[in-house]
Amino acid sequence: MKKQALWTALGLTVVAGCATYVAPTKEESTQAIKSSFNARGIAKLDRLDQTEIQAICSDAQRTGKEVPKAEREALEKKVLATIRYPADGKYLGDFKSGERIAQSGVGMQWSDSDKTVNGGNCYACHQLAPQEISHGNIGPTLLGYGKKRGYGEPVVRYTWGKIWNTHAFNLCSQMPRYGDAGILTEAQIKDVMALLLDPNSPVNK
Amino acid sequence: MPDPMRIRATEQPDGVDVRVLMSHEMETGQRRDSAGAIVPAWFIQTVVVSYAGKPVLNAEWGPAVAKNPYLQFKFKGGKKGEKISITWVDNRGETRTDEATIG
Amino acid sequence: MKMHRGRIAAAALFLGCAAASAYAQGSATDEIARYRAMLADGNPAELVVARGEELWKTRRGAKNVSLEQCDFGLGAGVLKGAYAQMPRYFADADQVMDFESRLVWCMVNLQGMDRAAVTKNPYSGAGQRQTDLEALTAYGVEMSRGIPVNVPQSHPKERAAYDRGRYAFYMRGGPYDFSCATCHGVTGQRIRLQDLPNIAGNKPDADRAFTTWPAYRVSQGALRTMQWRLNDCFRQQRFPDLVFLSPTSVDLITFLGVNANGAKMDAPAIKR
Repeated sequence: MKKQALWTALGLTVVAGCATYVAPTKEESTQAIKSSFNARGIAKLDRLDQTEIQAICSDAQRTGKEVPKAEREALEKKVLATIRYPADGKYLGDFKSGERIAQSGVGMQWSDSDKTVNGGNCYACHQLAPQEISHGNIGPTLLGYGKKRGYGEPVVRYTWGKIWNTHAFNLCSQMPRYGDAGILTEAQIKDVMALLLDPNSPVNK
Repeated sequence: MPDPMRIRATEQPDGVDVRVLMSHEMETGQRRDSAGAIVPAWFIQTVVVSYAGKPVLNAEWGPAVAKNPYLQFKFKGGKKGEKISITWVDNRGETRTDEATIG
Repeated sequence: MKMHRGRIAAAALFLGCAAASAYAQGSATDEIARYRAMLADGNPAELVVARGEELWKTRRGAKNVSLEQCDFGLGAGVLKGAYAQMPRYFADADQVMDFESRLVWCMVNLQGMDRAAVTKNPYSGAGQRQTDLEALTAYGVEMSRGIPVNVPQSHPKERAAYDRGRYAFYMRGGPYDFSCATCHGVTGQRIRLQDLPNIAGNKPDADRAFTTWPAYRVSQGALRTMQWRLNDCFRQQRFPDLVFLSPTSVDLITFLGVNANGAKMDAPAIKR
């Protein structure tokens, strides 16, 4: 009986050995992706070159292995140092304009032009003004943002930093880097800030 | 030659149920193209459904009807195995007629 | 509009306007569900399928033959159930092909058409007639309606396509740092009021995502295919232009298809 089992095991090993599958390497996968896109309009191929954080966070989500705490904190600290605060020290613009920016979802697509005024598309993921029921849930609700947190300087500075580059506070956040990636201008971010932190904004009423 | 209609006609206890899907752009004449010019109006203006040589439905449509219009209605007196005929005419004078057998 | 009553017992005319409402969140999504149910009867995709069937059976190209002898993996001339078992490996091409790739392969090799000409403008624009490729694909998927998805993973190239597709799914890039997984990797997410299926981690979501494309998109008044859907995702992710029938497109469709194995095809469907 034992001899029979041994021969069977050997036979199975031989068969399995012939059919070994080798998964594509990271380089092969990346190369396949780069060969599958064309530049079009304002969307050039350099958009496929990953940043350090894009690569780290892609790996983390794909493998399910979180970035180790020390590494995460070090990277977040590095990003925090790159945030550009407004030179004139004024953080809040016009909340009505901020609402328009939050509603607009255009900009930076190959179907847009370089003349397109970029929107923030905040409502795609967040609730903001209570009157707008057509909002997403990918990000937390921002209803009553200022009312809940107060309007003090630390809150204002944190909020600016979050919009400028969210990775300073949450390394693998899915939110775009509105300041760092040049999506919104400083003036536009001030208007969005007002939408969140002006006591008269519908968000805080 | 405009694309054919898809017609389903079935005899029900309370009459013949007719469902027809028409292939037509139904352009309202109020849209502008990417260059800013008005896209000319182009829509079905009349629909006639006939059974045994007589009209059972007459319709006059306008630009409020959506692209690829779907029409559903019932009429009494139709019999399984007999044919209905549907004709539409649009504002350009183009026309399409299709027939279906009542099932 | 005037309608003569005559012998009509009841008439219903569908206007195709969405019900705008100022209701609270819950009933807004309920109204959208009702709108979708109304639309499901009389799907204009039927018109596109009819044209696709006619094109399929017409002799075309330099070789003046129809597509009826095309081999989609179930044997020459077998179209029924073909879409449901693709993408798959084809020995004659030595590559994994999705339905649209194989369709073009047959148009070129069976019918003698020029590949560049066939693939130049695969998608119809606003107000334009559906392209031949869209109509043929619509017919092709209609012939798999009700048939369980069965995308194979037996050939090493099929497995590699899945793995590369999975890699691409999670690849964050572009100025917005979006990957497919940003929207489609978490259960219960919604962008504005559009529910987002978790294609990677939720079986019912993954099933529905794959089995309901191609679809007639009411907002565009046109039938759209899976190749189009991926291209348009990447456009909104701020990526460059995904090439029609590119390796990544086939890899991603393989990933999506395998994740939906077992679910019954229900396309062409109708969507907002």
